[in-house]
Amino acid sequence: MRNAFADEVTQLAAQDQRIVLLSGDIGNRLFDRLRSQSPSQFFNCGVAEANMMGVAAGMALSGLRPITYTITPFTTTRCLEQIRVDVAYHEAPVIIVGTGSGLSYASLGPTHHSLEDFAILRAIPNLRILAPWDAPSLRYVLRQALIDPSPTYIRIGKKGEKDIAPIDRVESIGRLTQLIAGETVAIVAVGTVANEAVRAANALNSLGISPTLCLVHTVKPMPEADLEKLIKSHRFIVTVEEHSLAAGFGESCASLAQRLGFDRRILSLGTPDAFLSKVGSQSYARKLSGIDSTAIVDAVQRLISSSK
Amino acid sequence: MSARSENLRDIARTLRFRTVRMSHLSGTPHLGSCLSCLDLLVYLYWRVLKIDPRNAKDEGRDRFILSKGHAAPVLFQVLAERGFFSVEDLEDYGKDGSIFGEHPPAPKYLPGIEAATGSLGHGLPMGLGMALAARIQGASYRTYVILSDGECNEGSVWEAALMAAAQKISSLTVFVDYNKWQATGRSNEVLRLAPLAAKWAAFGWSVQEIDGHDFAAIEAAASKSDELGRPKVIIANTVKGKGVSFMEDDNNWHYRIPLAEEVRKAATELQIPVDLIRLDGLAPRTHE
Repeated sequence: MRNAFADEVTQLAAQDQRIVLLSGDIGNRLFDRLRSQSPSQFFNCGVAEANMMGVAAGMALSGLRPITYTITPFTTTRCLEQIRVDVAYHEAPVIIVGTGSGLSYASLGPTHHSLEDFAILRAIPNLRILAPWDAPSLRYVLRQALIDPSPTYIRIGKKGEKDIAPIDRVESIGRLTQLIAGETVAIVAVGTVANEAVRAANALNSLGISPTLCLVHTVKPMPEADLEKLIKSHRFIVTVEEHSLAAGFGESCASLAQRLGFDRRILSLGTPDAFLSKVGSQSYARKLSGIDSTAIVDAVQRLISSSK
Repeated sequence: MSARSENLRDIARTLRFRTVRMSHLSGTPHLGSCLSCLDLLVYLYWRVLKIDPRNAKDEGRDRFILSKGHAAPVLFQVLAERGFFSVEDLEDYGKDGSIFGEHPPAPKYLPGIEAATGSLGHGLPMGLGMALAARIQGASYRTYVILSDGECNEGSVWEAALMAAAQKISSLTVFVDYNKWQATGRSNEVLRLAPLAAKWAAFGWSVQEIDGHDFAAIEAAASKSDELGRPKVIIANTVKGKGVSFMEDDNNWHYRIPLAEEVRKAATELQIPVDLIRLDGLAPRTHE
């Protein structure tokens, strides 16, 4: 996703002179093409994220479309007040991109994990929260995000994620992208953890269970209309996200269902309320946190057997 | 009367009084901080900034950010006097439902405001972004930011100072309102700022140090031509509570609200005609 982001930004910047990429001293060589193509559209802001976010807001209030880019915790919680005040309160058209989200950097330890970003940023008014799952969905939401001036946070993965669906299958901001139409159970997967959900759906198929599979890139505003349809048409909903269960997407779904008056069972998979004490690969960390394909399969089976 | 021909000292006297009166009527604090930077604002708004109150959003306008947002009462007085809105509008200051609060609101709510400040350390990064945007877009506007000395406690100020120097952004001018106090103590005792001018110089800025209440000194510093590739900082030595003898350099006036009798005393010192004091019939509110 990281390389797709650099490539897409470089293309978009060539078409739109207002785009300026602000990097927090990461992405060595990643933006070389952009820098040589248009030096005034790239700034290395150094390891100074509070300033980077304020600079982005100032640029956005002066007619530019800045995009900030660094590792997720540093472009979110590190400079949270600048996001809240300079960007969101001013409705400054800044796009904040966090790379290596969720457990992408599992091996780097909790300083580099981001399992609280949805929860914290959801409470801030005026800010859209997007979580694409692969390179095509990232390219799509980035283009969409630039069309209207709402401040936007985009949480992306690292490099090497396999494409899940072609770009023309990706639904617009505020919609769910349904990959498989099934019955009884709907699996709703947020952002980069989508590949675990795809694997789980395949495994369930071979067990004779055919769940619906929907991918979510819009965490805020919630895809309410699509979720309502999904809740109406399925007995069970399983949400999965590479994010804490605390105030994550799953909780938003449950509160939406309650608000709409459904008593449907929504089972949310997310990371526990704890810092990971062990390092390892992303798949190891997902397994440990109960958000890998096996955990999804187990959850669906549990729900179905409980109803028999 | 054109903005150019007015006497800056008279304007400053009038606005000082209005700020003291408004603090009394609304029960809102930060009077000392307001009075220390008032002369800087008057000089900028009457002599420096290329702005048009009838076309407040003009793309070519100079940008001004009052980063020490708690001096908003002075900014509001200045903007009203310059015609961004009426002086009568400001009578709503601090009342329920008013847009005039203790800090500047987001720009969309009030003409003349470039940034909603109040949380310290935000104005300089935003101003730097505005200055860089001008350079990227080939615009000729300049950007001005007023910081407080207490605000220089914030790390983001120094992050921005580093980047402004690296970017060689000479269209950016900062004034530090160096009144030597912060909310609860001497600014050099709380976190050691001195030597402040040397610090900014070490960060690669073009530095001048002046008396921040002397219009001739402000003029000389502000009109000094750009040093190639250096952002400019003017360390303005000021007096907290300046212009009202019993408030000067007394940090109680960071939070204290003047009584009616104190407003009248200030009016006398500032040579304000009695019929302009207008406190009768308006009940003062208490803070908090």
